[in-house]
Amino acid sequence: MSSEMPFIQVRQLTKTYRVGDVDVHALRGMDLDVAKGEFIAVVGSSGSGKSTLFNILGGLTPPSTGSIHIGGKDLSHMTNAERTNMRKNTVGFVFQKYNLLPTLSAEDNIKIVKYIGGNGTDLDSPFQDVLHLLGIAERLKHKPRALSGGQQQRVAIARAIVNRPAILLADEPTGNLDSQNSTAVLKLLKDLNERLGQTILMITHDEEAASYAHRRVHMKDGKLVQTA
Amino acid sequence: MGVFRDENAAARSARDTQQQEKYSRISILLTKLTFANLAHRPVRTLLSILAIAVEVTMILTLVGVSNGTLHESARRARGSGADILVRAPGASSALTLSSSPMSDKFVNVLRQEPHITLATGTMVQPLELFDTITGIDLDQFTRMSGGFRFTQGGPPVNDMDMIVDEPYAREKHLKVGSTVTLLTQKWTISGIYEPGKLARICVKLPVLQRVTGNPGRLSQVYLKVDDSGKAQSIVDALRKIYPEYPIYTMEYYTSLLQVSSVGLLRNFTYVVIGVAMIVGFIVVFMAMYTAVLERTREIGILKAVGSSSGMILSMLLRETLLLAVIGTIVGILLTYVTQWLIVHFAPGGMTQETVYAWWPITGAIAIVGSLAGAIVPGLKAVRQDATEALSYE
Repeated sequence: MSSEMPFIQVRQLTKTYRVGDVDVHALRGMDLDVAKGEFIAVVGSSGSGKSTLFNILGGLTPPSTGSIHIGGKDLSHMTNAERTNMRKNTVGFVFQKYNLLPTLSAEDNIKIVKYIGGNGTDLDSPFQDVLHLLGIAERLKHKPRALSGGQQQRVAIARAIVNRPAILLADEPTGNLDSQNSTAVLKLLKDLNERLGQTILMITHDEEAASYAHRRVHMKDGKLVQTA
Repeated sequence: MGVFRDENAAARSARDTQQQEKYSRISILLTKLTFANLAHRPVRTLLSILAIAVEVTMILTLVGVSNGTLHESARRARGSGADILVRAPGASSALTLSSSPMSDKFVNVLRQEPHITLATGTMVQPLELFDTITGIDLDQFTRMSGGFRFTQGGPPVNDMDMIVDEPYAREKHLKVGSTVTLLTQKWTISGIYEPGKLARICVKLPVLQRVTGNPGRLSQVYLKVDDSGKAQSIVDALRKIYPEYPIYTMEYYTSLLQVSSVGLLRNFTYVVIGVAMIVGFIVVFMAMYTAVLERTREIGILKAVGSSSGMILSMLLRETLLLAVIGTIVGILLTYVTQWLIVHFAPGGMTQETVYAWWPITGAIAIVGSLAGAIVPGLKAVRQDATEALSYE
């Protein structure tokens, strides 16, 4: 390990939660280093702890033990409120099911996240370029239900990066898309990574999707098994 | 892009303050979201508004009818032309008129007192709700009040003749010559007079005394004095002589005909307010609870992007507030409907006033009840785990 801390550093991370009367050990001493500007695919079977890792990296849930640093900031000792605050500007989420607010237009879905991040509601011109890059600039006035799955996912990507987060976490972003839309979304993620230097962690089952990343990380039984 | 902001605690707290200032300003976006959420479930929204509206109408109609009916009584009492009212001993409440405990000989006694120019006794027999039937000495009463102004027919001639005021006649579809059965007797309408004169239904005093089994008894005595400006000092003098009798100037008596002076009505109003508030509370509770359940995922999204608990709570409270405000407005409009219904269909001399002073009070009641109803659903939303909420189907 170099003297300088990597952009994301995960050490001996464990997470145990209770389902009914049973303790589930979702993470069992996970280590991971990610450099700034990297695009990483996290692969593994279901139940391997991928989603738990993402929830912890995204500050949605605290780890049980171990340490986790993003940009030098220690997430493992944050209070609930501190994690809430961190989510505003440090992470952006892209979900398998898009998760747009159904009652707001695409544009307002993006704006409300910018507003919650404390960055006002104006979409500045560099961001307008991003919207063009994503190919949704013309569809912004529509409600999610009027958009195709691929379009919704691109709106979700725009929403995820509107506050210029340190990392973009994508959980099966192509899981609900056909192959054409999947390819489009994956290319966009790669584009964002290359053009904007956006650090991306993507969960996927799909080997082809994983091939867009710089490297892939395999998880099994709550641990890293190999790095390719 | 993608530059991580290394911030120390001071900078973070400064940004928090800045953000709180932003939240405290009314955000167009959040307002938009509030409207969009309400419009998303139109039936639930309409039902909630309607329930709050009914709550508001319930209170305003009760207050309006109480005030209207009492003020109408006061107006009629003033229309008697009397300066002083002498009531039976023990009749403490303004509305207690059910007994006829005074002897009619007392009228002559009072008539002998200084400054008294006229004295006439009446007997009041309660009917349904606010209605009463009044027995009067027509000659004396005419001298005191200037007499009834008949629009149809004239004063009672036969024993079973009855005169009624115009609103009562309209309500009961009565004409001169119509017969009415009241107090198990059949009465014939001999005349219909302009309202505002003592009572709505009048018959000859001795007849009423006889049919109710109270011969020679009176409910109250009206006095006219030579100088109405001195009515109070005359009342003071009379009270010394007849300490057991409640004696008031007409001015004071009519001022007693207010909801706040009638304990029973006041308490009844509180009960209705309580019931209305509970109804509003339950409806909003249910509406917001289902809204929170239904939006579990959306709440999860908002949490994932960094919404604080306060913000999520405030969004639900905004929706509730909007429901309550619209409900209050609809409720106020509905009171004009109830007013119309009361004028056209209600029994028993009910009059509904529009009591503007109660608009803000009722609005506040509706808002408080609704916000209370939103608290538990709001806390449920706040406590939801974001990771579970996001995977909620």
